[in-house]
Order: sequence, then structure tokens, then C-alpha cells
Amino acid sequence: MKVRILYFASVREKLGRDSEEIDLPAGVASIAALRAHLRARGGAWADALAEAKLLRAAVNQDMVPPAAAIKAGDEVAFFPPVTGG
Amino acid sequence: MRISVQTEDFDLGAEVRAISGNPKIGAVASFIGLVRDVAMTLEHYPGMTERAIAKIVDEAKARWQVIDCAVIHRYGALLPNDQIVLVAVASGHRGDAFAACEFIMDYLKTRAPFWKKEQTEDGTRWVEAKDSDDEAAGRWTVPRR
Repeated sequence: MKVRILYFASVREKLGRDSEEIDLPAGVASIAALRAHLRARGGAWADALAEAKLLRAAVNQDMVPPAAAIKAGDEVAFFPPVTGG
Repeated sequence: MRISVQTEDFDLGAEVRAISGNPKIGAVASFIGLVRDVAMTLEHYPGMTERAIAKIVDEAKARWQVIDCAVIHRYGALLPNDQIVLVAVASGHRGDAFAACEFIMDYLKTRAPFWKKEQTEDGTRWVEAKDSDDEAAGRWTVPRR
């Protein structure tokens, strides 16, 4: 299952990239599962996406909770809590 | 209704005039946020930002009478005292205009995907989100019966 992932702000800086296309193994079908899957890459990934870090996620440009499902073709994003206004 | 995410500055007078044409409008409330103290760079999530703001405005329209409104948020490099954000709401009466303007601003702070990076003497740092912003947005939540 292919999805596009975007990274913003401090997450983007820590990872040194702003986006990627990824082919996910079966079973990685939620935001929480995807985050764990990426964290397993180790190094900067384990740090930027660490469980203790308060992060937000979006699927197809709507903010969603960690249990939210992802499906093929989705645009997923990980970012820190927002600080606009 | 005007929603704009832009690098350029904006003019409050022009924006208020642009949303005040309807003769049913008796009140316009507006808010402008400025950069405080230090230079900063604002990053956002193109596409989601406009969508998130539109949803916030829709929610305000469901709660109060909003005849027209303007929400402008800048991104990119900004200096102390620069204008960052404008929310202006036109309504029949001031109660709805004030409430909707404050609601949109509170929700922008917690739901619109913007991130501030400050430039201090010691280098740059990402601004941390504040619990007080969540609390400000939370006070608009109506308890469900």
C-alpha cells in the first residue's frame, strides 16, 4: 500500500526531509502503526517520532487522532503541535 | 468570505471595507496579531492551512450570524511589530461579531497548521505550543447532554 508522507517544522528539520513516498507492509494501517513503523528506522527517526514526543498527524489534510486509519493513496503528515496566530 | 495565506502584508481598512457592503451588516469586529519581541519565520502546510481555516469559519457560521468575514494569515520571514494575522467578522449585531471573531482566532491557534521559528541572539528555536491556547479553544466546547 503506497502513501505519501509529509513532515513539517521541527520534525522535518530532524529528519532532513520534507516528504517521501512509501510502500507500507500489510498491517501498517493506522497513524500510530505508521509512526511506529517509521520509528523502527532508528537514528533521527527514532528521535523525531519518539513515543514521548507530542506530535500531531493529518490524513488528507484533516487533523486526526493516532487510531485513525490510513489507506492506499492517502496523504499523511506528521508535525508538532501548531503555533500560528 | 475571504481566506488568504500569504507572505504580503495586509491593510485592515481595506479588508473591513471589502466585507462591509451588505446593508444588513451593523457590526464588524476585527483582530490583528503582531510579531512580539523577536524576528521569526512562519512555516505552514499549503492546502491543509486553507482547508483548516475554512472549517473553522464554517463552525463559526453554525454558531453565530456571520454575514461575511476575512481571515488572513502571513507566513515566511517576519520582523517585530509586523502584522501576522487578521480576523474580521461582519454581522448584524456586535455580540455575534465579537464572539465569532474571538472563536475563529482561538481555533486558529490550535487547528491551523502554522509553526513559528524564532530568531534569538542564541540562534533559532521552534516555538512550543502553549497549554493556554488549548484552554482558550476548549472554552468554546459546548457540553453534550
